Parts: sequence; structure tokens; C-alpha cells
Amino acid sequence: MKLYPYLLVMAGVTYLIRMLPLAFFRRKITNPFLLGVLHYMPYAVLGTMTVPAIFTSAGDPVSSTVGFLAALVLGFKRRSLIEVALAATAAAYVTSLILPLL
Amino acid sequence: MEAYGYKEGLRDGLPIGLGYLSVSFGFAIWAVKQGIPGLALVLLSGTNLTSAGQVAGVTVMAAGGLLVELALTEFIINLRYALMSVTLTQKLHPEFSLWQRMLASFFITDEIFAVSSTRKGLLTFPYMMGLGCLPWIGWTLGTALGAFAGTLLPAALSAALGIAIYGMFMAIIVPPALEEQGVLLAVFAAVGLGLVLRYVPWFRFLSEGFVIILSAVFGACLAALVKPVEAGEGEA
Repeated sequence: MKLYPYLLVMAGVTYLIRMLPLAFFRRKITNPFLLGVLHYMPYAVLGTMTVPAIFTSAGDPVSSTVGFLAALVLGFKRRSLIEVALAATAAAYVTSLILPLL
Repeated sequence: MEAYGYKEGLRDGLPIGLGYLSVSFGFAIWAVKQGIPGLALVLLSGTNLTSAGQVAGVTVMAAGGLLVELALTEFIINLRYALMSVTLTQKLHPEFSLWQRMLASFFITDEIFAVSSTRKGLLTFPYMMGLGCLPWIGWTLGTALGAFAGTLLPAALSAALGIAIYGMFMAIIVPPALEEQGVLLAVFAAVGLGLVLRYVPWFRFLSEGFVIILSAVFGACLAALVKPVEAGEGEA
């Protein structure tokens, strides 16, 4: 299989999509609706990527849901990104170990 | 306004890097099964730094697809990065030069965008490079580990690591959603439409990339209609 042309095309296309707007878009946006769209977009992207994927992300649904609840509680407590990520992982891991024993 | 440096970037990038390590580990195990050699996968991850695009790319490669087809697929799946890049231009530090923009843009992913765009204050070049560092290492290293030593990690641990990245997303979403009704609305609207597009059989023709684009644009537009943002406010 000649893979290198594929690798080159993928790297090139992916890079240009990211680079061109960041490098050359220089206007300041002042329209309140557009500012709103840009402000809310990351949360909307993350929300739709997280739900429902998180509920199967740690293998089985029960461990994943326990991990989700751990993340939710620590999120409410405004803990740091790494704390929430590790707590969700630990909660899911421990649950997946206990689950077969129940 | 506050600005942040390389160290803060590294720290913010750590959970992303850990999440990527586990996700790319799984990606590599899957991709090796599609018949792609490990070295090509490491090169792929090191030069692309994207999950959905790489999965689609490997699928096209394994099927011996056309280069045009590959380019178009990558363009559509990764189009969201263009939107994210435009958003980030609005809060780049004035000292960000052209070549620095060209370098930093390489590291724009969903997660890096989410962290940098929700960070209070202006984005500096050192901060963006620090932020990209550990995710890039995690993504490339995880691919190498998965491709060459995929079976060494205990199965239960590698499964549990799959939630790390989503736990991090929740840490980003929840606090502002408690404070701003607009954010709460954007999240619920996007999740709601996402669920409809994923589970109602009529929409089965939509790929995951399109579901993310459509539901996110819907959530953000709805929230912007109900709660517009005045210049200087919220964009911090």
C-alpha cells in the first residue's frame, strides 16, 4: 500500500483548515448575535460531544454513569480540569472492579 | 486584561494530554486491525492531531480510496476547526504575529479550543504553545503505545481511561452553565438536538461529524438569539 500520499493529503488539508482562518482573519466582531454565537459555541460543541458519548466511554454503562456523576458533582464544586478528569476515571475504574463482585 | 504564559498552558493541557493518551491508544489498536502499519499511524497522529478525521482517514486508506475522496472527507469533518479558528482570532493577544498564528493553529482541536476559548483574558503565543504541547505528546505517544504495545495495559484501566476526556469536558461546561443562562440553554439545546439526530432513525444518514456541527450551531444560535452578548462582555 502506498500510504505516504494519503498521509501528506490528510496532514495538508487538516492543517490548512486550522491555519488559514487563524492567520488571516483580522476583523473584530461587534454584532451581539454573532458574539453570542461565538461565545456559546464551545459549550454547545462540548455538550453534544459529551452526551451521550460519556455514558459508554468507560466500557460498561454503569461504570460510565458513576464516572459521569463524579464529574458532575466535582463540576458543581468548580474543581480543576485535571481533578474532574481523574476523579471520573477513578470512579469508573473502581466501579468496573466492584461490579463483577455484586 | 490578564494574559497567561507557557506554564499555565502546560498545566491546562495536562488533562487533555492524559485523555488523548487513552483515546489515541484505542485508535491505534483499532487502526492496526484495519491493516495500517504502526509507523504510518504514529506519523498520522503526529501530523493530524484529530480523532474523527483520523478514523475517517484510516477507513478511506484501508479501502484504498481516492486521494480526492480523502481530501473531501477531511475537509468536511474538520470544517469545525475553521469556525474555532475564527472564534480564537477574537481573543488573541495583540503581540501574536503571523508566523506565530501559523504555528499555533496546528494545535487547534475541540478540546484545546474549548479550554483556550473559555479561558478568561487574552491568549498569548507561549500559552497556546504550552497548551498544545502535552496533548500533542499524549496523542502521538498513545498512538505509538497502542500500535506497538496495545495489549500491555490492563483492560479495565484502559477502558476506564476512556472517560477522562469527557470528565474534563464536564469541568469546562458545568461552572459557567450554573452562572449564565445562555450557556445552560446552549448546552441543553445542543445536547437535545444531538440526541434527536443520533437516535431518530430518519437522521441515520448523518455522520457523527455532521451531528456535532448541526447540534452545536443550533445550540449556539438559539442561545445567542435569547441572550445576545454585547461587545466587551463575556468574550473576556
